[in-house]
Amino acid sequence: MKSLEELKAIREKMQGQIGIRNESSEQTRVIVGMATCGIASGARPVLTALSDAVQAKGLTNVAVTQTGCIGLCQYEPIVEVLEPGKDKVTYVKMTPEKALEVVNQHLIHGQVIQKYTIAEVLG
Amino acid sequence: MYRSHVLVCGGTGCTSSGSAKIIESLHSEISKNGLKEEVAVVQTGCHGLCALGPIVIIYPEATFYAMVKEEDIPEIVSEHLLKGRIVTRLLYKEMVTDDGGIKSLNDTDFYKKQHRIALRNCGVINPENIDEYIGTNGYEALGKVLTEYSPDQVIQTILDSGLRGRGGGGFPTGLKWKLAKGNDADQKYVCCNADEGDPGAFMDRSVLEGDPHVVLEAMAIAGYAIGASQGYIYVRAEYPIAVDRLEIAIKQAREYGLLGKNIFGSGFDFDIDIRLGAGAFVCGEETALMTSIEGNRGEPRPRPPFPAQKGLFQKPTILNNVETYANIPQIILNGAEWFASMGTEKSKGTKVFALGGKINNTGLVEIPMGTSLRTVIDEIGGGIPNGKKFKAAQTGGPSGGCIPTEHFDIPIDYDNLISIGSMMGSGGLIVMDEDNCMVDIAKFFLEFTVDESCGKCTPCRIGTKRLHEILDKITNGQGTMDDLQKLEDLCYYIKDNALCGLGQTAPNPVLSTLRFFKDEYVAHVVDKKCPAGVCKALLSYVIDADKCKGCTLCARICPNGAIQGKVKEAHLIDQSKCIKCGACMEKCRFDAISKK
Repeated sequence: MKSLEELKAIREKMQGQIGIRNESSEQTRVIVGMATCGIASGARPVLTALSDAVQAKGLTNVAVTQTGCIGLCQYEPIVEVLEPGKDKVTYVKMTPEKALEVVNQHLIHGQVIQKYTIAEVLG
Repeated sequence: MYRSHVLVCGGTGCTSSGSAKIIESLHSEISKNGLKEEVAVVQTGCHGLCALGPIVIIYPEATFYAMVKEEDIPEIVSEHLLKGRIVTRLLYKEMVTDDGGIKSLNDTDFYKKQHRIALRNCGVINPENIDEYIGTNGYEALGKVLTEYSPDQVIQTILDSGLRGRGGGGFPTGLKWKLAKGNDADQKYVCCNADEGDPGAFMDRSVLEGDPHVVLEAMAIAGYAIGASQGYIYVRAEYPIAVDRLEIAIKQAREYGLLGKNIFGSGFDFDIDIRLGAGAFVCGEETALMTSIEGNRGEPRPRPPFPAQKGLFQKPTILNNVETYANIPQIILNGAEWFASMGTEKSKGTKVFALGGKINNTGLVEIPMGTSLRTVIDEIGGGIPNGKKFKAAQTGGPSGGCIPTEHFDIPIDYDNLISIGSMMGSGGLIVMDEDNCMVDIAKFFLEFTVDESCGKCTPCRIGTKRLHEILDKITNGQGTMDDLQKLEDLCYYIKDNALCGLGQTAPNPVLSTLRFFKDEYVAHVVDKKCPAGVCKALLSYVIDADKCKGCTLCARICPNGAIQGKVKEAHLIDQSKCIKCGACMEKCRFDAISKK
């Protein structure tokens, strides 16, 4: 390595990955239902898609974690987004593709994707 | 990319309680559950809470599992990592709130008053991966000084920050650098003192094990500031994990061109080599350390000339301690004002203390200078075990002194500690309760200095031996009041006449206990009693005839046949045969045996 630019490139690449070890209470939490029902309906690819995208985009203030069954098994995979000071948003029947849309529109631009939320799907 | 990171402490404490096995088991359980692509296992340095090791932290939830055993790993993997359910029984109990919720690690008593600068990466990054260090802004400070600062600006920044040496003396770091820069020479050296020898202190080891690159980066910055191209780290051979990780770090830094020729294209060359110390305490003294690097027997030499004039190989040299270096990159990145905003008027920043002795949370803590001893012991340290009463805190190791209860609220900084007869030292903090005899403590430290005295100067070689003999006489109940006076006179004589810091400070444990606990010395001399019940020659074990049921257990347990008595009759201890091992008292089921 002979330049500051190269150092910066490594730093930025690593910051996305190490950002996961952040402990700030100001963090946005993205929670994926990972009980038997969730896993059976495909929650695992959703979880990895979310976590990869969050790190690739360097969203160090977002933590992607799991939870158990929240009792709406027929709507799994379920993803909840909790932003500090805002109402919880619950997305249902997620796929890895939909999850990427959530990262791009909701987590980065702050726009809730209404059509995937539980309120819309349940009618 | 991994969705979850499992951090396992690989510091010396947790390694000795089995963390290597835990890492192995984590790897196999994780692949068994098909999570290999999703979950990363990272071996880190010390988290500080050594009493609760082995420690496993899982991110992003920041779940802190304490005292984890190999058998617990299948449950952690299948419950936490697979299903996202926290294994509550293994949680660090301070994190569980009264209503059963879980609070953040940073809100627990142990961590909330801490401010981690020197230890900021310890327990957070993988010390064997340079990329992780770079990911936490590593080597950015070096890049900044090489491209934007003149050597004088670097020195001015360190001077303005108010940073003082963390190894014990508290000499202003910036001033040391300025003096070395001012001396012209064809070759200068930057040395790192990692010969941590104070009993009970292990913060330097922790930094080297948890964040070795920070020391390399800071040494390169120092080299640029004073005009040196070569650095040496003098580290004790008893720290094998630290030496290992330093070697890996140096190799990686060379591969990246962060050590070597023409760093960042600036034309600045700097390289670092390791020298292993063989375990002599005196080699932590700066001139002895340099003599040892030169390949000679580690003995101190008179100062002046100071190392900044004629140090290693007779060339201008700076020598700083590991913890001092660990602060440097942060000062460059955040500015001198940021650092100077923490601490007291004359002691800036934070200090790492190694908490040990009679305290609940044994481990490493980093606190702003000026925090009171009470906060450190009662709040961060979690108080004294078994409801015992606090008696004294010993700081500064064999060079320091004992601080009694009445100075419990004093803000800890260099000058306050000296004013009460102790010193900062490298930051060992040993807590003592009512069961510790202060004369015995003084004797313990003197025994250490007698062993470690290099023998070059007479006041230390013979003086400390005589001090130890007088203390031995007192603890054996043969001391006189004249001895106390002789003890004190000899202490001052050694302080004034010894060659190096080791000898000059060796009497401190005696002087400070004489100052604050004179009554205990008097009790040993006049009443022939040891109030804490430690000094064997002054105590006797007796059986209370009313309480003794004549069960014969004590008589059978006594290794020297000193207890006589018939079944169902009160027993008696023959004091001439008793070796005061205390085995009878420990075993008696009727509380009939006591020490007097």
